[in-house]
Amino acid sequence: MNVWIAIGVTAVGCYLVKYLGLLVPAGALEKPLVKRLAALLPVALLAALTAQQTFSDGHHLLFDAKVAGVGAAVIALLLRAPFLVVVAVAVAVTAGVRALGG
Amino acid sequence: MREAQELHEPQAPQSRQTKPSSAVVRDALGVGVAVGLSGFAFGVTAVGSGLSVLQTCALSLLVFTGASQFALVGALAAGGNPFTAAAGAFFLGTRNAFYGLRLSGLLGLRAAAKPFAAHWVIDETSAVALTQPDRRSARLGFAVTGVTLYLLWNLTTFAGARGAGALGDQAAWGLDAAGPAVFVALLAPLLTSTVERFAAGLAVVLLLVTLPLLPAGVPVLVAALAAPAVLYVEGRRARIRTSDEPETGVDVHVRGNGAGEADAR
Repeated sequence: MNVWIAIGVTAVGCYLVKYLGLLVPAGALEKPLVKRLAALLPVALLAALTAQQTFSDGHHLLFDAKVAGVGAAVIALLLRAPFLVVVAVAVAVTAGVRALGG
Repeated sequence: MREAQELHEPQAPQSRQTKPSSAVVRDALGVGVAVGLSGFAFGVTAVGSGLSVLQTCALSLLVFTGASQFALVGALAAGGNPFTAAAGAFFLGTRNAFYGLRLSGLLGLRAAAKPFAAHWVIDETSAVALTQPDRRSARLGFAVTGVTLYLLWNLTTFAGARGAGALGDQAAWGLDAAGPAVFVALLAPLLTSTVERFAAGLAVVLLLVTLPLLPAGVPVLVAALAAPAVLYVEGRRARIRTSDEPETGVDVHVRGNGAGEADAR
């Protein structure tokens, strides 16, 4: 039941913020501070999520094969690999390191 | 994802050149297919975290914003209560509101179309639409990316959720690395300047410091404060740089602004 509550609250909340963005009059865009914050907030959130999922199990910090996999994904990105290749490299390297006992 | 690199470039108000529809569709399909297929990783991750196939598919159908879905599943797996878990996912979803701010003017949607278009306002559709040279291309890019991504994301979510059991131990397949790899790929094109890189770095530090101390889901919210913090510091430095007054005066001026900007106005 708890899971369904979380799904319901998330679905309604996420839809409403999407809709709200489309409803706000264009004038709100003119404020440079709003523009800057709109650009910077996703950067901070995505960086935090990347770190959370790379270096933890949700509760505790841990350093395992996933770190090597995400590191390989970063290298793939620097080499301008397409999106799907980046994800595949991360998965393959993580599995490889685990298979080797890492 | 190369299209996303120009997401934060200023857009020219008038089109300088028109872009052939075929080129727009090709761009849109490239992004839609590549990201749509990663729904498989979400399906596997969600079922591996203890959700049912139905719950997993409901998330992809109704939430349809990948980062929020991964965040919610991660928080639930870590034992967060449903409201904290939803708060983290919701907060991540707020960036879509900022995409909407920019898209509504660009796409010129009618009021009746907005409730339907809203569901597709996500990173990828915005990245494709915002990098088109004119409104026609932006609408086409948004629609094609939206349709492709929605269909594929939901189909591959279902396939991943159904197939998760057959895979056995998902950690052995390295599938837990798919989530962070998706985030890295979304983040990389946004790190265009020192300010962005500094905000990302500060967010990582805040997260790693608070993660062992705070309940599941809360550290991501704390780390998001890196954005206003970096903007505040940047604003202060800009003010100091633009002041040519004698040093004592500058100091008082800056302190006054920093402490009570709202009161002064």
